[in-house]
Amino acid sequence: MSIIELKNIRKSFGTIEVIHDISFSVKKGEVVCIIGPSGSGKSTLLRCINGLETYQGGEIRVHGDRVDTASRTIRRIRTRVAMVFQRFNLFPHMTALENVAEGPIYVKKEPREKALEHARELLTRVGLAAKADSYPPQLSGGQQQRVAIARALGMQPDAILFDEPTSALDPELVGEVLSVMRSLAAEGMTMVVVTHEMGFAREVADRVLFLDGGVLVEQGPPEEVLSRPQNPRTQDFLRRVLEA
Amino acid sequence: MSQFFEQAPGYLPILMQGVYLTLLVTIGAFVLATVLGLVWASMRVSGIAPLAWTASTIIIIVRGIPGMVILFYIYFVMPDLGLSLTAVQAAIIGLGIAYSPYMAEVFRSGIEAIDRGQTEAALSIGMGWGMLMRRIILPQAIRVALPPYGSTMIMLLKDSSLASTITVAELSLQGKLLASSTFENTIIFTLVALIYLAMSLPLTAFNSWLERRLGKSR
Repeated sequence: MSIIELKNIRKSFGTIEVIHDISFSVKKGEVVCIIGPSGSGKSTLLRCINGLETYQGGEIRVHGDRVDTASRTIRRIRTRVAMVFQRFNLFPHMTALENVAEGPIYVKKEPREKALEHARELLTRVGLAAKADSYPPQLSGGQQQRVAIARALGMQPDAILFDEPTSALDPELVGEVLSVMRSLAAEGMTMVVVTHEMGFAREVADRVLFLDGGVLVEQGPPEEVLSRPQNPRTQDFLRRVLEA
Repeated sequence: MSQFFEQAPGYLPILMQGVYLTLLVTIGAFVLATVLGLVWASMRVSGIAPLAWTASTIIIIVRGIPGMVILFYIYFVMPDLGLSLTAVQAAIIGLGIAYSPYMAEVFRSGIEAIDRGQTEAALSIGMGWGMLMRRIILPQAIRVALPPYGSTMIMLLKDSSLASTITVAELSLQGKLLASSTFENTIIFTLVALIYLAMSLPLTAFNSWLERRLGKSR
């Protein structure tokens, strides 16, 4: 069963079309990695899925509900599809624990004690139980991103969207975030990950999508797309990435 | 100098009556300006075009008219339209309105200083506009807006002397009346200046304390 379904999506900024007729779907428990050169529309496409961007053509459905930023259903969709951002976007005036419990308490109206207890468990799960009372500026980038993942999990979502979750991190901090994401994938979380980490995509993804210039050029299992790419644009991109 | 210290205490009680009205007008107008400023600022950042446009227009008009003229209008023109106010009421309402655009800009700049990612993160966990403002944006915007908010309060304290133009016997008018009946211009106006300074110094100190505090936590 598909949790997320995109049909013929078109997106323009002004008169410039940045996404041309992209369709794909994500099944429950699937990990889909989206790769491609910068400016290829990967992040924009991801942001369309939970309505942070509007789209002009086609249709995105989450659990059958149409994603429409002007509709009331958008808030329900967002509680089901969580998002992890490149720049973490933690709330700096709240502790790590409060960041994780904010959505459950104020959006999902869970009892405060229960939400805080669950938030504590989630921080433990991402290895940050000791940092529950720290404020985001006191944490390293890797720690902040792990709190952000815990915040996403706090919503008990059906799927999590990751928008280049390790691109803003110092190289030595990338590993801790990827390992949390690996364990999520192993537990069966549905994930859509925009990433430049080819190693992660190869190892964890069920399916890899290659986008270039707003076009979905190639998709398939990682061993095919990453090891034996059919399209010259994919071949060219991978050659450049692997050389670097 | 010694003459000043001998005579000053005698004038203080009368000037203190003026201080009472100065504080009343300042605090009243400050509260009103804050409320109106919050309303204008919310309208401007609401993302709803007619609201934003209305607020911008109000801000441009009010900011372009001298406070004194606004006071005259409320005190002398409104009675013709059937609304009579006491001088103190008119002063509070007039200065509150005159200062609301500055407050609105203070709040708006605070709100707009907050990173766009905060809004996206809040939306992504399903928050609506009201909750986004209340829980995420305003608590952070207040930290940014407090220092300019404090300076605006000091400006308002000094500009409360405008109320004298519509017969409110606040500190500056009280001083002027006293000076013209005693001819002790030096003593009395020095006293008046010192009293204004004495009222603004605690505000300035509070302001710089806040700036230091917020500077640290960032």
